[in-house]
Amino acid sequence: MGSSILELVHINNYVMLAAILFAIGVMGVMFRRNTIIIFMCIELMLNAVNLLLVAFSTMHSDPGGQVMVFFIMAVAAAEVAVGLAILVMIYRNVKSVDIDILNKLKW
Amino acid sequence: MNILIALTIIGVIAMLSEILRFRKVLYPLALTGLAAGLVLCAMEWGSNIRYFHDMMFMDNYAIAFSMVLIGTTFIWFLLNPAYLRNHEHEADYTALISFSLAGAVVMVSFADLTMLFLGIEILSIAMYIMAASNKMELRSNESGFKYFMLGAFATGFLLFGIALVYGVTGTFNLQELAGFVSANKVNLPAMFYGGLLLMIVGLAFKISAAPFHFWAPDVYEGAPTPVTAYMATVVKTAAFAAFLRLFMTCFSGIADWWAPMLAIFSAISMLAGNILAVYQKSLKRMLAYSSISHAGYMLMAIVAMNQNSDGALLLYTAAYAIGSLSIFTLLVSMTTNGNEMINSLRGFSSVNKIPAILITITMLSLAGIPPVAGFFAKYYVFLSAIESGYTWLVLVGVLSSLIGVYYYFRIIIAMFQPADRESTQIQFSNSQNAVLWLTVILSLILGFMPGFLTGSI
Repeated sequence: MGSSILELVHINNYVMLAAILFAIGVMGVMFRRNTIIIFMCIELMLNAVNLLLVAFSTMHSDPGGQVMVFFIMAVAAAEVAVGLAILVMIYRNVKSVDIDILNKLKW
Repeated sequence: MNILIALTIIGVIAMLSEILRFRKVLYPLALTGLAAGLVLCAMEWGSNIRYFHDMMFMDNYAIAFSMVLIGTTFIWFLLNPAYLRNHEHEADYTALISFSLAGAVVMVSFADLTMLFLGIEILSIAMYIMAASNKMELRSNESGFKYFMLGAFATGFLLFGIALVYGVTGTFNLQELAGFVSANKVNLPAMFYGGLLLMIVGLAFKISAAPFHFWAPDVYEGAPTPVTAYMATVVKTAAFAAFLRLFMTCFSGIADWWAPMLAIFSAISMLAGNILAVYQKSLKRMLAYSSISHAGYMLMAIVAMNQNSDGALLLYTAAYAIGSLSIFTLLVSMTTNGNEMINSLRGFSSVNKIPAILITITMLSLAGIPPVAGFFAKYYVFLSAIESGYTWLVLVGVLSSLIGVYYYFRIIIAMFQPADRESTQIQFSNSQNAVLWLTVILSLILGFMPGFLTGSI
């Protein structure tokens, strides 16, 4: 069953798609100034990993990769909950979510 | 294994203490729990049991590092009674620290890449909250936010690397991975090397090795000082132990490929950390840069990758944690006055004669001067690097530790100068005095009997 899907769309395509999504996420984290967008880009990176893991798990017919995906989703949810809480705290103090506000710590 | 359960129970009790109103006894309870955890850990010595379908492996390596981590946390609790007790969030802080310690124990005892990832996240998520725990101060918010963002970013790299390695090998298990690597040593596909590279980048972020160190000074400076102390000791030890465990078990066969890269990281970390530390006026920020340089020395043990690496890393992390805890005792008492400049230490020794001498001894240990622990830690790390043929790296290490001696002596000299108008009053509580004595005794014991740790694993 699993391998028939991979005959239709070869595994290389999944790897390429995941790599492109991951690269978009990395670019977003590095170049966007809005912290909410940066969060979305981090999620994009993690979801690229999930896609890759699911594809490989099908290729190897090994459930381990899919179990890992569940762990990643759960941890990503916890992480974003903490991240958004920190963001709300910053917003209360400076009334902005722009990353350029955060320059108090420099040598 | 028992230790994981014990640590989680401490965390749950800490959270319950708020509801059931026994917060007053929480601090002694946590200390007893950690001491019990240390005993539980020691009892498992030599048992080599695998847990959860080979997800965790409690070998002597895992137990030795767990004991260093728990011991460090125990001293950390002794160091911070003022920060924890009578604080409205005492229960939360205690719970978060226990949970992050549980994550650290997972990080040193994993036998599966899934557990590596989970351990890092259990440790990190608690630390993101702790770093940002000073809610009203923007510096703390910023520190928490930067830590969170770069931590999540690094986790993304680590995971992508794990996914690529999984794609090639079809397993997350360390032993099966090691078997795969040694069986296909010559014709590993490019995807495997790509995955390995991304894992190295992710882990280098976590250990704050240059050139992935730029977040560390900001995070260390902005976070509340007790939290910085925890990050510089426990988090760093756990990250290094995980790094070495992963690479020693799985990838030691292809060390020719990754060791030169890590050697360059190590050299840059030592030089950049030590040189930038010289220019700092704030003691807290100086310690952040010095922790980057120490990351460089510890990385040397991973680069060397021979039978002495694990013992050398264990001794180094223990010596570094002990030395840092002593300086952070000073820093925690300084920052209660809101002043963390090195100049404000002037006149310190005229009021606190004995603490000044004790701190000087641990400072010598961090600078790497015999006969204290830090010297032998550096000696063993250098020795294992030379055995693997990295003489140039050892030369860089020796040169940069000379720079290190300069800025550690700046603190010592400031302490013994007469007071002027920049000086602040510093007072130690009884348990902080106990920490100072304990760290000195431990540094001296490790200095005179380094083989006790290096030969143990």
